[in-house]
Amino acid sequence: MSLTISFLAAAVVAGTPLLFATLGAIVSEKAGHLNLGVEGMMLMGAVMGFQVALLTQNPFIALFAAMIAGAAGALIYALLTITLRANQVVSGLTLTIFGSGFSSFMGQRLVGQIAPDKIKAFFKPVAIPGLSDIPFLGPIFFRHDMFVYFGYIVAVLLGIYLYKTTIGLNLRAVGENPGAADAASINITKYKYIHVLLGGALCGLGGAYLSLVYVPAWQDYVTAGRGWIAVALVIFASWNPYKALIGSYLFGGLDIIGFRIQGTSLHVSQYLIDMLPYLVTIIVLVFVSMRNSRESQGPKALGTPYYREER
Amino acid sequence: MIKDMSYISMQGITKTFGKVIANQDVNLTVNSGEIHALLGENGAGKSTLMNMLSGIYTPDGGSIFIRGEEVKFTSPKDSINAGIGMIHQHFKLVDVLTAKENIILGQKTGLFLNQKALTAKIKEVSLKFGLDVDPDKKVYDMSIGEKQTLEILKVLYRGANILILDEPTAVLTPQETAKLFKIMSRMKDEGCAVIFISHKMNEVMEVADRITVLRKGNTIRTLDKINTSPKELTDLMVGRPVDLAIKRLEIDQQDIVLGVKDLRVLNEEKVEALKGLSFTLRSGEILGVAGIAGSGQKELCEAIAGLYPVKTGEITFKGDNLVGKSPKEIITKGISMSFIPEDRLGMGLVASMDMVDNLILKQYQSQKGWLIDRKPAAKKALELIDKLEIKTPGINHPIRDLSGGNIQKVLLGRELDSNPDLLITAYPVRGLDINASHMIYDLLNEEKQKGVAILFIAEDLDVLIELCDRIMVLCDGEITGIINAREATREKLGLLMVGEKLDKLEVENV
Amino acid sequence: MFKLIKRSKVSNRKTTGIKLIAILLALLTSAIFIMILDLNPLEVYLSMLNGAFGSGYRVNETIIKAIPLVIAALGISIAFRMQFWNIGGEGQIMMGAFSASFVALNFAQLPKPILLSLMIIAGVIGGGLWALIPAFLKAKWGTNETIVTLMMNYIAIKWVTYLQYGPWKDPKSMGFPKVTNFTDNAILPKLLGVHIGWIFALVLVVFIYIFMKHSKKGYEIAVLGESENTARYAGINIQKTIITAMILSGGLCGLVGMIQSSAINNTLSVELSAGVGFTAIIVAWLSALRAPVILIVSILFAALLQGGSFIQTAFGIPEAAALILQGMILFFVLGSEFFVRFKIVWNSESKSDKQEIIVGREAK
Repeated sequence: MSLTISFLAAAVVAGTPLLFATLGAIVSEKAGHLNLGVEGMMLMGAVMGFQVALLTQNPFIALFAAMIAGAAGALIYALLTITLRANQVVSGLTLTIFGSGFSSFMGQRLVGQIAPDKIKAFFKPVAIPGLSDIPFLGPIFFRHDMFVYFGYIVAVLLGIYLYKTTIGLNLRAVGENPGAADAASINITKYKYIHVLLGGALCGLGGAYLSLVYVPAWQDYVTAGRGWIAVALVIFASWNPYKALIGSYLFGGLDIIGFRIQGTSLHVSQYLIDMLPYLVTIIVLVFVSMRNSRESQGPKALGTPYYREER
Repeated sequence: MIKDMSYISMQGITKTFGKVIANQDVNLTVNSGEIHALLGENGAGKSTLMNMLSGIYTPDGGSIFIRGEEVKFTSPKDSINAGIGMIHQHFKLVDVLTAKENIILGQKTGLFLNQKALTAKIKEVSLKFGLDVDPDKKVYDMSIGEKQTLEILKVLYRGANILILDEPTAVLTPQETAKLFKIMSRMKDEGCAVIFISHKMNEVMEVADRITVLRKGNTIRTLDKINTSPKELTDLMVGRPVDLAIKRLEIDQQDIVLGVKDLRVLNEEKVEALKGLSFTLRSGEILGVAGIAGSGQKELCEAIAGLYPVKTGEITFKGDNLVGKSPKEIITKGISMSFIPEDRLGMGLVASMDMVDNLILKQYQSQKGWLIDRKPAAKKALELIDKLEIKTPGINHPIRDLSGGNIQKVLLGRELDSNPDLLITAYPVRGLDINASHMIYDLLNEEKQKGVAILFIAEDLDVLIELCDRIMVLCDGEITGIINAREATREKLGLLMVGEKLDKLEVENV
Repeated sequence: MFKLIKRSKVSNRKTTGIKLIAILLALLTSAIFIMILDLNPLEVYLSMLNGAFGSGYRVNETIIKAIPLVIAALGISIAFRMQFWNIGGEGQIMMGAFSASFVALNFAQLPKPILLSLMIIAGVIGGGLWALIPAFLKAKWGTNETIVTLMMNYIAIKWVTYLQYGPWKDPKSMGFPKVTNFTDNAILPKLLGVHIGWIFALVLVVFIYIFMKHSKKGYEIAVLGESENTARYAGINIQKTIITAMILSGGLCGLVGMIQSSAINNTLSVELSAGVGFTAIIVAWLSALRAPVILIVSILFAALLQGGSFIQTAFGIPEAAALILQGMILFFVLGSEFFVRFKIVWNSESKSDKQEIIVGREAK
């Protein structure tokens, strides 16, 4: 395998946690809620997924636990911002602080431990017959572990859900103009809660990928800021799950490029290269804000709480 | 389809918000095959009452009967299921979706969006009621009239046979209004009950069968249209005999104070919002500006005030060229001009601050040093409360808690206090009750007497005809005509508003 | 079923009361978790208080932890007042530390007062410039400042890491790379047992209070924060105001960086910000952006941190627990704001009509 192809394949793997977190953030934001607690929810999912994996040796139960953990964090945020109409930015930030603390705390005795063998075996790379033999694309996309394939499926399902189903249409209305959705007899509160929690579950999965498959051992603060990049990726992807696929893998590549360059003759400090994902995020954001087209704006009611009885 | 069956009966309805009693013991009965007008001033409680029929609010007291059965709506869903369709003053449409998508929002039509079946049903309902809507057009591309038609189609699609229209003609041209009334007649013929909220007398007299007048949250009376008159209705609305006539002060012609020549302005999408406007304005003159919303009124006001970039053209004020001057320069150079924007809390005032902090909004810059002395402004606040009868809990209370009329008084008070030579005011009486509105007209006449030149953008054609000296009509960024108000009629203005240019124009020579 | 009724006016006392109840609830909830760990919550809390204020040394430690919080929170409150969500405190602290360290390491021969003054100026400029970038992007193109400031944090941290592991690495440091220590004249002197940063903090509390409440610029920032249209209408130069506010905001954080590097770490280190940039956000929010309250809340949070590290040794509770407690307190206070704004009216079906009319009349 050429160097480029192996790099691109690794980018897909590195981008997978980003993908889940970004999709989770998209779901939440489509409902009108900007949840900056992505990093916190990922960490909660990472630690609970890992802990349950150690206890049960069962990948499905472990991933389920990760989803529950992420959703639990999202539930706190949801209670605050949906029912109690608290400020979304601060609530999300607090969730990140809380989630980091929770994850460090629970992970105290897990430090250094490696994911159980059963789990590792389950997530061994599997080549998809047929597809994996396509020149160039095959090795890049179709010789990975189940989690990566799961990522493709979730992204596509989310795209179909948002743009081709009635529920997805209703969701979009909730995020754009909750007054209109309310008048159309859509249950705003139900839609918001379900999707914010779903978003949290997806973020939890993203975290679990890191602790169970990517590393796969427990490290304190295993997400290392990926949650924040996911928040930026949502804007980069214009809140579109398909574009999120591209964005996530792109940034996955940026994530690992520092490490790769070390081995080459380029004498650039790894730390400077490590800045790349963040720099690129900023540059991308600037371009998006310069473009300023209607479709690339977020859901119009993003960040605002909804009161039906407001005068 | 039994005619005259009581479709809606609201009995003893009461609703409060915090300290404000919006509806008290209100009664309303509407029959099928009837157009029923709900008439009242701004703040009388009409919208609140209807919002209880549409399930957005729940009554604090009283009962609602639909077709003889008592109902308790806890959400818009209940109301829709009971066959009620409300068309709100502020449309409940999602801009980025198409007409079709807005119609099927919230419907139980299976998991996937079935395009063909939907389009067919939409076409069926459109034809039945004579509604012209393009199902695949995005809402943000639609005109206001189209959006309203879409709202009507939305509720009819859901099988509504009770329709509530909240101030539907506020944003329409006379021609679009006529179209709307035709649709309403169609609905009446089909046996629907149509409730139509308004504060415009002439429309009510034209199209309603029966009229219920509300005043300050109470039902005053329900009358048959044929048995009453505009005068009686107005008196009932206000509570006392009212002289609705607005005086026009006649003043000898004075010097030109504002000259606008070939003004061209580009909007955000780089399209010309003003396409070469030219007009003049004299001291002691009120020049009214009429036009469909979005014809360039906002851009004109803001361009003169320095808040909108000018592409080409001249704006001269007493010899000074205003083009290119920022609002700060206008303030600091002592250019004596005041702009009262349409968006009171969003532009003219700071909603969360108190009256004192709002009064210093422009004058703080002329204070010396880097600290602000608020004492003079506090004194001024008390004076204004007295002079303009502003009702407020106190000068240190956030002004967003005040009613619309009082907020406007604060804004006007501040601007008039600077003794401007030119006053630009956009929709100054929107949302105000009759008393407050007439106080504003009187204030404007006072300023006119002092020799102030006034540019008055308004939507009520009758007021424009009565108050102004001349009326300038904008359509699509151009002046279609400037006519002497004494010779103006609603029909003439209506034609100008949709783009017909009069052969005879009275244009001042610059 | 219940109904929400918006309160028309809320007294300051009631607001504070509700917030105190929230904090109490947070402590109670945390107590439950402490009990799960098989410990006595009362003992733990008292021990935290003891660890924060129990001796002269400990009080000093608490104050030392409070100083960066006060100054950073003041800076962040200015940005927040303008509705500019400056999450970049960490990065601005780091860059302030970097600039100050540059001066400290390269001009070590200067006399102490001059060197320290230069370091202060450098720190403020460093943090201010770092905040200027997102401010400029927002002013020019409306770029989302939350994410840009966040990203700038990581860039700053990586930059300092790069320096610490690379060009500025102290050749004498064995094993763990660190930057050369400052000379003595680059270290802030002490007064009453604590480095003079506390004087800076107090002075700044007064200054920022006057600035936000009584100065023209403070007024402009508040107007702009409320509505950009109103600011334009009032003739306020929006871009200039954003940039001034952010230079101030970043500059204060930069000052924190200088103080921490000079007085605490005595060198440049990637760990010197210690999450202050994020904690300060919570402090600013809890204080409703008011300077005097920031002072009090900072001291309380510092006590929480100091007490937290004390009980780590005393009870073996990991330091992350302090983060969890912080988070919980803020969750409860965030939630309590709802009760400040709204009154809940309970509606029982049986006596609905009478009850509702009474409510209606009462509301008059």
